[in-house]
Amino acid sequence: MEGSILQYDFIVKGLLGAVFASITAGLAGTYIVSKRMVFLSGGITHASFGGIGIGYFFGFNPVLGAAVFGILSALGVEYLSVRQKIREDSAIGILWAFGMAIGIIFIYLTPGYTPNLMSYLFGSILTVTYADIIALGIMSVVLILYFGIFYRTILYISFDESFARTYSSYVNIFKYVTTSLVALTIVLNIRMAGVVLVLSLLTIPPNIAMIFTRVYSGIILWSILAGFIGTAAGYVISFFAGIPVGATIIFTLVIIWVLVKLGYQLTRDIGKIKDKR
Amino acid sequence: MAYLLEMRSLSASYDTGIVLEDIDFYVNENDFIGVIGPNGGGKTTLLKVILGLIKPVKGRIDFNSRIINSNSIGYLPQISTGDANYPVTVTDVILSGMMIMKRILSRMSALDKKRAHEVIVELGLSGMENSSLSELSGGQLQRVFLGRAIIGNPKLLLLDEPGNFVDSTFENDFYDKLKDLNSRMAILMVSHDIGMISSHVKSYACVNRKLHYHPSSEISNEQLLAYGCPIQLITHGEVPHTVLKSHT
Repeated sequence: MEGSILQYDFIVKGLLGAVFASITAGLAGTYIVSKRMVFLSGGITHASFGGIGIGYFFGFNPVLGAAVFGILSALGVEYLSVRQKIREDSAIGILWAFGMAIGIIFIYLTPGYTPNLMSYLFGSILTVTYADIIALGIMSVVLILYFGIFYRTILYISFDESFARTYSSYVNIFKYVTTSLVALTIVLNIRMAGVVLVLSLLTIPPNIAMIFTRVYSGIILWSILAGFIGTAAGYVISFFAGIPVGATIIFTLVIIWVLVKLGYQLTRDIGKIKDKR
Repeated sequence: MAYLLEMRSLSASYDTGIVLEDIDFYVNENDFIGVIGPNGGGKTTLLKVILGLIKPVKGRIDFNSRIINSNSIGYLPQISTGDANYPVTVTDVILSGMMIMKRILSRMSALDKKRAHEVIVELGLSGMENSSLSELSGGQLQRVFLGRAIIGNPKLLLLDEPGNFVDSTFENDFYDKLKDLNSRMAILMVSHDIGMISSHVKSYACVNRKLHYHPSSEISNEQLLAYGCPIQLITHGEVPHTVLKSHT
C-alpha cells in the first residue's frame, strides 16, 4: 500500500514536472539559444549555487537563495560588461566560479550532514516537493503570458538590439525582465536536473526544433514537445533502470537530438536520390 | 518646397571628444543628399543626432512638425547590427520596422500585415515571406532591411553605408529602388565611396567635423579639398573618373 502511494507520488510529480519543465525550458531555451546566450546562462546557473549554499547555512529555502543569486549574476554580467567595460565572457567566467566558491564554502561551514547537496548538483525527483512543482507551474503561466503578450517586442529586441534601441526606449526593461525570467527558469529547473545538467534542458530542445523549422514561434513549440518527450522518457527509464533522473533526461535528449538529426538527413538524402531518378 | 529639419550651429561629441562642430544643415522634402567624408569624420554621428540617439552639446535641431516627427524617420543601419543567422523570417524583420510607430509590439493588425505585404512586393521579395535570413543573398538581405526602414512610410530615410553589403548585381536595382522612394521621401545616404553614389544623389554634404553642403551632384577635387573633406577614392564607371592624390 505504502509502495503504491510512493509510486503514485512519483508518477504525478514526474508527469507535472515534465510538463512544466518542458514549457519553461522551451520558452527560455529558445530565447537563449537564438540570442547566443548559452554561456551567460551557464554562468547564471553556476553562480546560483552560491545562493543554495547560503540558504543551507542560514536555514532558509535554498531555491530562494539560488533565485536571488541567479538574477543578480545575470544583471551583474550586464553591469560589468556595459558599465565597467569588462569583457562579457570574462565577467561570466568570474561570476560563474565565484558563485560556486561561495556555495561550497557555506555548505562546508553548515554544521551537520547536508543530505540534499547531491540533488542540487545533479537533480533528483525524489527530493522534489509539491511546492517546487507549483512554483514551476506558476513560472510556466508567467512565461506563457509574457511571451504571448510581448512576443514580437521580445523577438525584435533580441534579433537586433541596436535597431530596436533607435526607436524604443523600452529595450533595457525588456532585456532585464527577460534575462531575469531566464534566470528564474534555470533556478526552478535545478530541482529537476541539477546545477550541472540544467543548461542542457534549455539548449538541447531548441536545437532539436531548429532541425525542423527556422521560425521563432515554431522553435518554441517544437522545443516544448521535444523537451516533454525527453523528460518523460527520462523519468520512465530512470525509474526502471534505477539511475539518476537528471542525467537520464539529458542523456535521452541528446539521443533524441542525434536520432532526429540523422533521420532528417537520411530522408533528405533519399529525397535527393529519388529526384535524380 | 518645405524643409524637414534644420540644424543651427550644432555641435555633438562623444566621451572621446567633439565629433561635429558648429554645423548648419537643412534637409528639404524630396532631397537626396549624399553624406560623404573620411572614416571617423562624423557621418554616422550626424544620422544619430537626427535620430535623437545623440543630443547636441551646443546648438539645436528642429523638425518641421507639420510634416515630420521622430516616428517618421526610416533608418537602414550598417549591416553588422542584425544577426543574419537569427531564426527570424523576412516578414518578421520587415514588420519590426513598425516599432518606429508603436514602440511595444505584440499582435499585428491586418493593416500592418497588408502594409508588410505591399513592401515585400515593392522590393521584389515575393515568395520569400517566410524564408529565414540565412537563406538570403546579400542583395536580398539588404532589401529586407530597407523594407524594415520604409514600412512606416517615413518622410525621411537615413541610409548608413548601404553599399557595404550589396553584391554588384543588385547594386543598380537597389539605387533604382531608392530613386523611386525619393519621390515619396527625402533620403540622406552616408557613404565613404562617392563614386558609387554620385550618379544617384542630387546634392552632397561633406562631413569632416565641419559640414559643407554642396548643392549639386557634380563635385570637383578642388571643391573637396577646399571643404577639407578627404575622400578615399572618387571613381566613375562609364563616365570619366577622377582619383584624388593621397593626403599627406
